[in-house]
Amino acid sequence: MSQAHATSMGLDSRKMAFWAFIGSECLLFGSLISTYLIYKGKSLVGPYPHEILNIPFTSFSTFDLLMSSLAMVLALAAIQRGDMKQGKTWLFVTAFLGLVFLGGQVWEFSHFMHEGLGLTTNLFGSTFYVLTGTHGTHVTVGVIWLLTLWVQALRGKLGPGQALTVEITGLYWHFVDVVWIVIFTVVYLIQ
Amino acid sequence: MSEQGRAGEVHATTGTYLRVAAILVIVTFIEVGIFYVPAFQGVLVPLLLALSALKFTLVVMFYMHLKFDNRFFMFLFGGPLLLALVVVIGLLFLFFGAVRLRAGM
Repeated sequence: MSQAHATSMGLDSRKMAFWAFIGSECLLFGSLISTYLIYKGKSLVGPYPHEILNIPFTSFSTFDLLMSSLAMVLALAAIQRGDMKQGKTWLFVTAFLGLVFLGGQVWEFSHFMHEGLGLTTNLFGSTFYVLTGTHGTHVTVGVIWLLTLWVQALRGKLGPGQALTVEITGLYWHFVDVVWIVIFTVVYLIQ
Repeated sequence: MSEQGRAGEVHATTGTYLRVAAILVIVTFIEVGIFYVPAFQGVLVPLLLALSALKFTLVVMFYMHLKFDNRFFMFLFGGPLLLALVVVIGLLFLFFGAVRLRAGM
């Protein structure tokens, strides 16, 4: 299957295109992180980051996303060796952990809104919601993608022959994870 | 070499994935721990950035398989990543440099 999409370099064209896409995503998130850093500490009115950011809660979300990355590689490894039972289980676990992360983000955003931090309240609110909201949108896309694969696996339409499809999904999911690693440090820990 | 990047390739063992996950969790605990320790306040930013870079590298190398995959993928990812870093650092210098100039520092 992968050979049907091989480039002149012998690499799969879909995987190559996806790495190029991930490269472009680095620039997107680079610009959003730059914007957050440039406007950091320039809010004229509160709430300010140190007043509302909840480090223990976000640490749990970080742990959750890291574990979802582990579940993703275990799903890929299982599918590559033809163990579809484990593959299906780990795919579902990955999607479930993604949903837990999204639930946490919805709770965090609701809590911040309740505390008076809206998108237009101050520079912190604008840059925070745009950066973390863009990341959350990526997680949502990833969860939908993972659940689609899981349903395909349940229907018996996903097997070792489609391992590259799962690998590309995994690349996207791990990228979402590494972006969060940076956001957790830059936004939450370096206040 | 010709098999690199093709479906069906086993990149690392389950044990390696579990060890990487354990390191990621431990480093996250350390990050959160030093955030609360006043003694680290002076070196908090470089320390946190270094730990974050370590976690980033581990995920990219082992979970995204760049350590085992074709080097061209490293170029496709590393090039834009480097460019993004240059843009971030450049913009920070541009904005904070301008603020310092206005303040006569």
